[in-house]
This record gives sequence, C-alpha cells and structure tokens, in this order.
Amino acid sequence: MGGFRQDVEAAIPALRRYARALTRDGDVADDLVQDTLVRALRSEHLFHGGDIRSWLYTILTNLNRNRLRSLSRRPALMPMDDNDAADAAGPEAGGRDIERALATLVEDQRVALLLVVLEGLSYREVAEVQAVPIGTVMSRLARARAQVKAFLDGERPPLRRVK
Amino acid sequence: MVDRDTPVTDDELHAYVDGELPADRGTAVEAWLATHPDDAARVVSWSAQAELIRVRYGGVARTAIPPHLDLDRLARNERKWTWLTGAAVIAAFLAGGATGWFGHGVLAGAPAVVAPTVAAEALDAHKLYVAEVRHPIEVPAEASHLVPWLSRRVGSALRAPDLASFGLKLMGGRLLPGQSGKPAAMFMYESASGERYTLYCERSSAPETALHYNVAGPVAAVYWGDGEVGFAVSGPADRERLIKIAQSAYEQLDRRTTRSNS
Repeated sequence: MGGFRQDVEAAIPALRRYARALTRDGDVADDLVQDTLVRALRSEHLFHGGDIRSWLYTILTNLNRNRLRSLSRRPALMPMDDNDAADAAGPEAGGRDIERALATLVEDQRVALLLVVLEGLSYREVAEVQAVPIGTVMSRLARARAQVKAFLDGERPPLRRVK
Repeated sequence: MVDRDTPVTDDELHAYVDGELPADRGTAVEAWLATHPDDAARVVSWSAQAELIRVRYGGVARTAIPPHLDLDRLARNERKWTWLTGAAVIAAFLAGGATGWFGHGVLAGAPAVVAPTVAAEALDAHKLYVAEVRHPIEVPAEASHLVPWLSRRVGSALRAPDLASFGLKLMGGRLLPGQSGKPAAMFMYESASGERYTLYCERSSAPETALHYNVAGPVAAVYWGDGEVGFAVSGPADRERLIKIAQSAYEQLDRRTTRSNS
C-alpha cells in the first residue's frame, strides 16, 4: 500500500547513512541499501505493522553480516589504502580517526554503537534488530565505546600498511 | 545526594549518555559524576565519540539519493521479476527456436525458483565489476588455477565457455558473495571494442529452468538453472546477441553432454 512504500522511502536517507558508517565505503553501502530495499519490497506482504525503520535496519544489518562472512572466506582483493580517492568528502583528521576506530570494532559492537549513536534507536529497538537481550546490547555498546576510546587515545592496534 | 545503597552502574552511565536513564536516576548519576572524575571523563569521551560519528556520517543522509536507489524504479523491476517467473516468459524465447534447451525437456511453465535471485545477484555483480578499470577480475584467465579454484569454492565443476565466436575473450574471474553469502563465481569476457560480458555461477539446488531474459536498464541477463548450479550471462542489453551468447554458454555448460549420466 501507499503507506508502506512511503515509509520505506522516507527511511532511505537514514539507511544510507547507517550503511555508510557500517561499511565505510560509499559504493558498498549503497549496494547494501539497494539490496535492503529490494528485499523489503519483496517481503511487503510479510510485514504486519510495527516499526518499518527497525525492520529495515534489521534487513540491512543481516545482509551486511552475510557479506562480511563471505568476505572473510575469500582472499583479500585490495591492499589497505589510506588515500581512498573515492572518498570525495575529504574528511578532516577527526573523521579519519573515528572511521579507523570503527573499523577496529567487532561487527556486532559496531552495529550496536551506530544504531544507538548515529541512528538514535533505543536500546530496546537495537535488541530487536540484533535479536539479543538488552543486556547484550549494553555490553556490546560498552565494549565498543571502550575500544573506540582506547583507539582515539592512541592505543592503536598496528595497521597493516603496504608501502 | 548520591544514594549510597544503589551505586551508579556502568550501564547507567551509558544510559545517561544515550538519554535512556529513568527520570528518577538523573540526579543520582549527576551527583555521582561530580564526585567521580574518572567516570565523568569517560562519559565526556563517549559523548565526544558520538559527536565524531555524527559529524563524519550525518551528511550522508542529506546527499542526493542515487537513481539506482529510487524506490519506484526498484519496485518496477520487482514486478518484472515476478512476471518473469511466470510461464509467460518462455514466449520471449520462442524467437530462439525450439532447438537446444527445449529439446532437453525443460518446459515452459516449470517453476523458476532459482532465477530471480541468481539473476539479480548476477546483474549486481556485473554492473559493479564491468565498470572496474583497475580490478575487474581477481584471477586472470592465464592462471591455470582459475577454473579449479572457482569450482572448488562454488562446489561444482565449472567451466569457462569459449565465446571466441562472438569475439569475446576470457579475461579471468573472481569469487563473489552470492545469495546468503554462498560463494559464487564470475567469469568476465571482453570484446576488442571493450564490451564486457560476465557469466555468473552459483550453486543452487532449485529445479532446472529454461533460459530467461531480463533487462535492467542498459544491461541485461539471461539466466537458467541446471538443478545444481544457477547461471546468468549478463551484458549490454542487446537482446538478440545476449541470447545467442547465453545459448552458446548453455550448450557448453550442459552437463548432460559432458557426462554420461544423461
């Protein structure tokens, strides 16, 4: 119905933001969003009320987990490149640092942190997206924050640099 | 005053930062922070992290939405997929003649369970990688391990069909995450004029299907399943040429002609 479509459409900017922070790659992020939208449209008949936004975050989070799982089983395609030319935004040093800090997190922790901090979801909503108890969300959040703080404070794990 | 009986927990500090603290604990937490500088510093650092994240990524939500994320367009494609899985699709292939696949007993109206997802994944991969200038492929055609490696990862004996009669030369291949993360293989071909075609292969136990044609803007895919693997040939949306290429790939990949188990 019109309502469903409109609600999904309204969520696209937020989904792109979340996907971008989750993957730290604009193209991968938009592919993920596209995949999410396609699946959402395909499953419209399965959606019986509730918060569409949370549902979309759930689809996107799961798709990204699948993606990472496959990536971990395949040989690395490209060297880590600090000068990512595709990043036209030209982020200042702070943006770079937080991006690297997020990259050091375990996926589940990154998801929890981003959904709370960037997307403004409540702990309860994040628990639903991640299909875990609130206590687990809290501990993921706590670990994520401790790790990011440690990274920003200078305890950076050695980055593999190819020079 | 801080309630000494219920000391402030770490969870409460997080909840304080995230605006999730029950109203009746607000004063207790603030009083605690006033007397616990280490905790206060942590709370400040968490808020600062949050601000960095919002500054870094917040702008993404305000940039123009690219056309391929246009919901109406995606919905139109979806309808096309649904329609294509119906029996009507085979009519599109009558032009291809009653040779080849029809002769194998793959009949119109057979359920095409494998098709839409494999085709969608194939088209996504095709669009992503044919545009790549530097790294269109992962392993070049000259590498002898290309086909054995992709076969092993996909879990089925694959072959890279010879498409030289269409002026297409095998460039190489790559491994991809397919549906639900299953390994998928992609072979890429290129013509002298730089036209690129890909063959996408993903293990799929869905029943055999006929060849189906689907167009998605400037590119199109012809897909089929042989009961063990789902295949899709993608390339520029020149229907006649793509179908001929796919037909050739289909015939070369047909297991019944390469194995004795007819």
